[in-house]
Amino acid sequence: MDQQKKPFHHALRIRKEICIGCSRCMRVCPTEALRVIDGKATLHPEWCIDCGECFKVCPVKAIVVEDDDIAKIFQFKHRILLVPSIFFAQFEEKLTLDAIKGILYDMGFTEVCTVEQGADVLIEEINRYVEEFEGEKPVISSYCPAVVRLIQVRFPSFADQIMRLIPPLEITAQYYRSDYEKNGVPLEDVGIFYVTPCAAKIAAIKAPVGGYVSPINGVINMSELYNKVFLAYKQKGTSENEHCTLIHSSLSSVGIHWPTTGGEAVVVKGRSLAIDSMPNVIDFLERLENEEIKGIDFLELRACDMSCCGGILVQDNRFLIQERIEKMAEELPEKHELDKEFKNVCSAYIPMDPVEPRAMVKYHPDITIALKRMEEARRLCTILPDIDCGACGAPTCEALAEDIVCNRATIEHCIILNAHRADPKMIEKIWGKKRFTE
Amino acid sequence: MDLTFQIQGGDFTSAGAASSQVRRTLKELGVDASVIKRVVVALYEAEVNIVAHAYKGEIMAQISPERVFLKLTDEGPGIPDIEKAMTPGYSTASQEVREMGFGAGMGLPNISRNADVFNIHSVPDRGTTVEITIQIS
Repeated sequence: MDQQKKPFHHALRIRKEICIGCSRCMRVCPTEALRVIDGKATLHPEWCIDCGECFKVCPVKAIVVEDDDIAKIFQFKHRILLVPSIFFAQFEEKLTLDAIKGILYDMGFTEVCTVEQGADVLIEEINRYVEEFEGEKPVISSYCPAVVRLIQVRFPSFADQIMRLIPPLEITAQYYRSDYEKNGVPLEDVGIFYVTPCAAKIAAIKAPVGGYVSPINGVINMSELYNKVFLAYKQKGTSENEHCTLIHSSLSSVGIHWPTTGGEAVVVKGRSLAIDSMPNVIDFLERLENEEIKGIDFLELRACDMSCCGGILVQDNRFLIQERIEKMAEELPEKHELDKEFKNVCSAYIPMDPVEPRAMVKYHPDITIALKRMEEARRLCTILPDIDCGACGAPTCEALAEDIVCNRATIEHCIILNAHRADPKMIEKIWGKKRFTE
Repeated sequence: MDLTFQIQGGDFTSAGAASSQVRRTLKELGVDASVIKRVVVALYEAEVNIVAHAYKGEIMAQISPERVFLKLTDEGPGIPDIEKAMTPGYSTASQEVREMGFGAGMGLPNISRNADVFNIHSVPDRGTTVEITIQIS
């Protein structure tokens, strides 16, 4: 219960001084968490799931990702950077993996590791988990944190179907942390940093679900790091740093696919499906909730189109990134060189509580009041023009009706009705008579 | 709150529209997920029954703070032997319908299992009326 009351940690923030109140973000928000008030986009913190759809469409970059400053790494003696394969796949072929890692080393990281090393541990464990799962299926992957939050807020009935296994990133982080610990290094000297392709992963690391505590000390914005690496390359060329020995690029051909669509579903036996992009995920979950879809064992759901290749902080075209990952995978072995060590030390099975549902309270917690408000909102919907123009500051006419009955707005907010009152002929010429006679 | 839906026999592409709308409404009202699930299972089965067997029908959903009351009335062949139809596995569905994943003979038993009160009344060659009540609190 306490967990439920604690507000969501958000990795996205609207910079009011930059926001021009254009309402584009409001229209794409999958949980209708945005409104325009006093000329500025305003976020409902309990409804926002950090998916970043708003970030993608903002024309003035008023929405920012709350990442950690790279300078934070120097608080630690050992500075480990966990890099997703997507990061390397952003660069053209002439900037080789080793060259990029050399540049990262020059920037101050003492060890650079690929995130998806941890994926191979999961292959067996996911299958065991799905097989032994006693609740209702499908088991839903815990990989994409925006999807986890979407389920908490919009599909709370599926919360206990979210897999209670940690994702590859956390497995890899656990591995390196225990490696330092084993070698007698005081843990306060070890700083583990992650390069993120999206905002949701930042929120998930800073405020994980299920009572899990992440060993990751900081999260670095992928887009920022991309610029830094690219700049260093353009200015100095590739670096041949001879001290750059602590590099673990070992990856398996299966692991490298993990952040791409189907990368996870492909290893799970039984009927397992991979679905990407927010509208597709929502549509599928609605059908599932409607009992129309049955007999699925495992669902890999990703908020972004083309999964992490389409992450909001990823540079370059997502199709080209996918292509480069395929190319990189061709060169990789089925099992990577640290495979055995990982399996000896790590497990995705971590004692975790089920993901807590955080259902959106639309009208009122008391159902008697909620019903009254809903009936009133439905009546209002017959008066409102039903064109979802957004000029009232709410994403749809239905959302305005909800806001009105919850005393967050008034019917005067409807610009179309106001305009109709002032000049019915002009408005009816565009939108027809019938719309205003109800 | 009252919601009504018109159902066309044989229109499987629209089957589930009523249960989907009722589910959404209950969710927005903050009704417990387990209650919603029972409503959806019962209503979806009953809705598909009309599509699969009747010529046309109407669904009325009445939502109050205490309960959900569903009344499904159809014009159709009716059910000659209700007792038999209530037997799990008994089905009169055509091969075509079965191939679409419907008609496994679990419809009525499934509805009654999820309902707190379940009434069925049928007149052969006229139609069937099903009443389902599920308590919210």
